[in-house]
Amino acid sequence: MKSEFTPPIGKISNMNGKCISLIGNDIDTDRIIPARFLKCVNFDSLGESVFEDDRKTLKGKHPFDLEENKYASILVVNSNFGCGSSREHAPQALMRWGIKAIIGESFADIFYSNCIAIGIPCFTLPKKSIEEIQNYCDNQSLFLEIDLKNSSAQSKDLNFNLEIKESSRKMFLSGEWDATSTLLDNKNLIENKFNQLPYIKFNTNIS
Amino acid sequence: MSQDTLFDKVWDLHKVSSLPVGSDQIFIGLHLIHEVTSPQAFGDLKDKKLKVKFPDRTVATVDHIVPTDNQSRPFKDNLAEQMIETLEKNCLEHKIRFFNIGSGNQGIVHVVAPELGLTQPGMTIACGDSHTSTHGAFGSIAFGIGTSQVRDVLATQTLAMNKLKVRQIWCDNKLSKGVYAKDLVLHIINKLGVKAGVGFAYEFAGPAIHELSMEERMTICNMSIEGGARCGYINPDEKTFSYIKNKLYAPKNEHWDRALRWWESLKSDENSIYDDVIKLDASKVEPTVTWGITPGQSISINQQIPLLDELSPNDKLVAEEAYEYMSFKPGQLIKDTPVDVCFIGSCTNGRISDLRVAAKVLKGKKVSKNVKAFAVPGSEKVATEAKQEGLDQIFKDSGFQWREPGCSMCLAMNSDKLIGNQVSASSSNRNFKGRQGSPSGRTLLMSPAMVAAAAINGKVSDVREFIN
Repeated sequence: MKSEFTPPIGKISNMNGKCISLIGNDIDTDRIIPARFLKCVNFDSLGESVFEDDRKTLKGKHPFDLEENKYASILVVNSNFGCGSSREHAPQALMRWGIKAIIGESFADIFYSNCIAIGIPCFTLPKKSIEEIQNYCDNQSLFLEIDLKNSSAQSKDLNFNLEIKESSRKMFLSGEWDATSTLLDNKNLIENKFNQLPYIKFNTNIS
Repeated sequence: MSQDTLFDKVWDLHKVSSLPVGSDQIFIGLHLIHEVTSPQAFGDLKDKKLKVKFPDRTVATVDHIVPTDNQSRPFKDNLAEQMIETLEKNCLEHKIRFFNIGSGNQGIVHVVAPELGLTQPGMTIACGDSHTSTHGAFGSIAFGIGTSQVRDVLATQTLAMNKLKVRQIWCDNKLSKGVYAKDLVLHIINKLGVKAGVGFAYEFAGPAIHELSMEERMTICNMSIEGGARCGYINPDEKTFSYIKNKLYAPKNEHWDRALRWWESLKSDENSIYDDVIKLDASKVEPTVTWGITPGQSISINQQIPLLDELSPNDKLVAEEAYEYMSFKPGQLIKDTPVDVCFIGSCTNGRISDLRVAAKVLKGKKVSKNVKAFAVPGSEKVATEAKQEGLDQIFKDSGFQWREPGCSMCLAMNSDKLIGNQVSASSSNRNFKGRQGSPSGRTLLMSPAMVAAAAINGKVSDVREFIN
């Protein structure tokens, strides 16, 4: 059994862990967490159902079922990962399984913002580098030390300069990835905006 | 960087502040919620001791989990019942307007908001659902968000976001007979690819787009997200304004005149700057069907499933996965592929005009005995209108089941599901592996008219043979 899940809080700057490689382009959120698991009013039990259908199909050979990946925490993926639905259940399921950071060729927009909003940094690398990592993982364990300050990833054999949106990087380093309180700081500006918007004035029948 | 497009104008209008990390704080004019992605957000509010900032700017309905056969309460499915009860409780507690089953206004959230006149030009609209892009058909900037962002909108009516780039997709000429908005958008996604829209808002423009009805425009914008674009929009025009006029929440009397004046000023300038422009000829589009496991894997009805060599290196990996999952051979014709289930509905194609088009094909015909066919109106209003026009009877006479409104088998969160490796002809938006409720179920996306034709013949057919 894995240790009990604790969500990330505050500043996030270093992530060290074993890589788990998942090969494939356009892996959508229906595959990450099939819709039937969305019938819940909290995210608590999603971790065990991550990739449920893909895992059943592969009968124990899916990367998320391999014994050697049991404690992996850095997911390495290909292009357009997380496309499809906006369900935050997808990154929540990954996080509750044990994923703390994702490195990929590219990510779908909504999936990316969901990851940021719950404290999972997503980094990109060129296709060639991703394939280098994935090939390495085929043969041996890869432990990466990710330093968000320098956007670098290091292991004993491999070194990469990771790409991450500057706003996301700053959010993690400052702890402001949990955006609610930052947004609330501008209470007065929000009120002003509300009062300025033309349509608020002519949509009198909604208030 | 884009300049003076509708997107730029609406973004700038709603910008509350530049956040220290470099992203923008954007005011959300209309927030739509439903039972699947909101409960955890309300839970978070409670944990953080926060209130809903502007309860009037959030509107709720229930759509994903509702059964379409028997909607009496409590639902047979305990989990579904728990979800609707949670939404009812949250809306009551936070004084949020809720269109429940039986209200006459319930339905798929992206069908309901436009038909009530809630969706209007120049607004920012967010909802915990990726198909929120639908509302861009009215010249609003609308996008899907996750649950943490739902919480942020509830608590602050704002979001932290990076501004998107803008790509104009210019569609020349007009669609031919028997070719619909669904065919056009599938064609666009095929040409550009499923990830081309990442980081972009799509502006759909040109004579072919101008020609489309509001419901057809919604179909186009709805599927922007399948092309990777979180947001898709169309500059508003007379059709937009007359669609909104007299709707329940449309501005009335002198407010209407003020609204109209403002809306008429809202469009991309003639010399606005785009980050990218793509042009295509809509008259060349044919009835289009997906053959694979992404909405980009589509072909015209008379084409063959592509050979591996015909595909770009980037598309090969997913194509190989698709051949295997779909049990299709490269080079095989898509036409005449037998289908087991036919589904007409969803936020893409569950509106009254979709039902009319399908009914026209079905009238006086019978569904193949090998096919289970069902029609799910997008909302209670759509269902009522269809009944008034006698469309429900045409569907039933042909052998279609006529159901109650909801998302249904688009994502199969209720009991409408494929079984085993059944093949469905579906008017919905996603053909992902397992999307329609069976881990080995296979989905062929097409227009509602094409689904009706497939239902009659029991196999993928060219609807143009039915409408001459």
